[in-house]
Amino acid sequence: MQSLGRTRPPPVNGLRRDPAPSRWQYRMQRLWLTPLFRVVCRLGVPLTVVALIATGVLYSDARRAAIVQSFVDLRTKFEQRPEFRVGLLSVEGASRDLTDAVRAKLALKLPQSSFDLDMTELRARAEALDAVASAELRVRSGGVLQVILTERVPVVVWRGANGLQLLDATGHRVAGLSARADRADLPLVAGEGADAAMPEALAIFDTARPISDRVRGLVRVGARRWDLILDRDQRIMLPSVNPVAAVERLLELSAADKLLERDILSIDLRNQDRPAIRLAPFAMNEVRRAQGLAPTTESGL
Amino acid sequence: MTDLYQSQRAMRHMRRAAMQRGVVAILDVGTSKIACLVLRFDGLEDERDQDGVGPMAGQSSFRVIGAATTRSRGVRFGEIAVMNETERAIRTAVQAAQKMANVRVDHVIACFSGAEPRSYGLAGEWELQDSVVTEQDVARVLAACDVPDFGEGREILHAQPVNFALDHRSGLGDPRGQIGNRLACDLHMLSVDASVVQNLLYCIKRCDLELAGIASSAYVSGISSLVEDEQELGAACVDMGGGATGISIFMKKHMIYADSVRMGGDHVSSDISKGLQVPLVVAERIKTKHGGVHATGMDDREMIEMGGDSGDWEKDRRQISRTELIGIMRPRVEEILEEVRARLDAAGFDSLPSQQIVLTGGASQIPGLDGLASRILGQRVRMGRPLRVQGLPQAATGPAFSSAVGLCLFAAHPQDEWWDFDIPTERYPARSLKRAFRWFKDNW
Repeated sequence: MQSLGRTRPPPVNGLRRDPAPSRWQYRMQRLWLTPLFRVVCRLGVPLTVVALIATGVLYSDARRAAIVQSFVDLRTKFEQRPEFRVGLLSVEGASRDLTDAVRAKLALKLPQSSFDLDMTELRARAEALDAVASAELRVRSGGVLQVILTERVPVVVWRGANGLQLLDATGHRVAGLSARADRADLPLVAGEGADAAMPEALAIFDTARPISDRVRGLVRVGARRWDLILDRDQRIMLPSVNPVAAVERLLELSAADKLLERDILSIDLRNQDRPAIRLAPFAMNEVRRAQGLAPTTESGL
Repeated sequence: MTDLYQSQRAMRHMRRAAMQRGVVAILDVGTSKIACLVLRFDGLEDERDQDGVGPMAGQSSFRVIGAATTRSRGVRFGEIAVMNETERAIRTAVQAAQKMANVRVDHVIACFSGAEPRSYGLAGEWELQDSVVTEQDVARVLAACDVPDFGEGREILHAQPVNFALDHRSGLGDPRGQIGNRLACDLHMLSVDASVVQNLLYCIKRCDLELAGIASSAYVSGISSLVEDEQELGAACVDMGGGATGISIFMKKHMIYADSVRMGGDHVSSDISKGLQVPLVVAERIKTKHGGVHATGMDDREMIEMGGDSGDWEKDRRQISRTELIGIMRPRVEEILEEVRARLDAAGFDSLPSQQIVLTGGASQIPGLDGLASRILGQRVRMGRPLRVQGLPQAATGPAFSSAVGLCLFAAHPQDEWWDFDIPTERYPARSLKRAFRWFKDNW
């Protein structure tokens, strides 16, 4: 006795359904179990379809250009948003002249999108000015391009082939100078290659501070060593190696014998073992006279 | 002869190819069910010899990864009667097994129970030329066996060298390298109806599969359900299938006799169907649920509903007692067992040192069969179940699957058959390059 609710697949043409797979079903299943076929179906076919569609779409030049253009437009639109617009340039940390010079040098056309600003290039442009030691650029909120400058501090005046120039502690040019008297507070150096040995020069000036009222300046000789020039045209030839020690030695000699106050043309300290002194002609004659010798003839020197 | 030799060799090559691929299917084409197992070989065969682990009957190298059974259709007496029906049933089983294993199977090893197997014992002798047995000598002694006239339209299914004797020493397994003068061998040959094999081949080919081996189901169920010492000392395996009952006798681990009785469980069912006037399906169900061969007083009171949907209330409400059912089943089972007895007697089973009989197969599950069998076949009867193999589902471990499991073992470790040996040089065609090569190899 069967229940009425029992469901059974309806017999087709009065026959029971055959549990056996048809030949094609069987073959399909076997094909599907083939590893290579599976890989091809799962990866190869989708990839091929995607590749075909992509090729079909990109085949025409106009469509390709349109796609590129749409991306460019999107990008431009994004960049032109007010959040990214730079409207102000603020230069800080420098004198008014330098600020104006930097503004002129940067030559920015504002307002401009911050994406269009080439910060590296702008920084290089600001630092191209001699008076600028370093420049720091950043885009601040509110559309401000902030430039923070560090100025070069002039420490010496260099009288070189190109006239008077101000140099900083590293020997880099800061600015030109029209007259020595404009910066009488700075010591003077001269000679070719003086800017390259600026730390040494500063050390010498520092050491020679006890006689600073007499120091006129330093002369670089042969781009190799220094001559310290005092007033009354006294010249102190310093060695190329360790000139600071030579200056200290000179100061000691001077303190003991009042050497510098005497009538001396030059003191040669180049040979450490044998400092040499050159007397002025008058003093030389006086010495000879005191020794009972005839004075030298060349008194005109 | 050579034709068969070649085709069997081709099947061996196919088997080797399948092993290299690692996947092979087992197909047991029976009368009541078709079983398909998918085996995966792990390639451990070479390593096993080195690390001292025993062969474990070849089990360690394979694993069952797919199993399916389906009701057989179009098979009668273990032979294919309706080709396309059988083909569909094979397809069903193979597809389900493939689905479970999730691999595609291309090679199949099949067994069948019918086709009137006939056993022949062959003997051959060969005078050795230089006192040491070489592979060529083994080939020659096998070739020297005088093949009996096994009739038109029959083919050799198995031809296994069972025993080698050198002069007076017999019982040699592997005579190569031994010294003597006269080499003799015994060969067991099993011939079956060629048309049955052809039909099976055709069906398997129609399923896009390649046959990598073929075996008699009596032989393979003997491999799986006889334990090792039974195979060694001598035992008979009776595989009671649906349409045919296979008999195989083993001795010294070799099959020495095989036969089949063309009666089985389906005949019991048809007896019930005829006797009780019920459909075959109902008869089959009653047989499996309530069947037996020994009636007791209890069975008189156990009434069995037969059911039916003829519309006639009287007919549909019939009941029989279990005793009546046993009364129908028992004569047929007795008939089968007596036929088996007759075949065993004809084979000279009495003269074996050990006369163990193992009953297996689906029809051996009738309750009380062991008692009845020991009355007819002799005292030493036991029920056999197949060996346990790796990965076999629980549902496929019953005695009905002993030939399928045996076929797994056969696939993993086939016994050396005649076609596994070399062809003697003289048998090559006269102008063959191989022959010249062989001559050089032998003489230089």
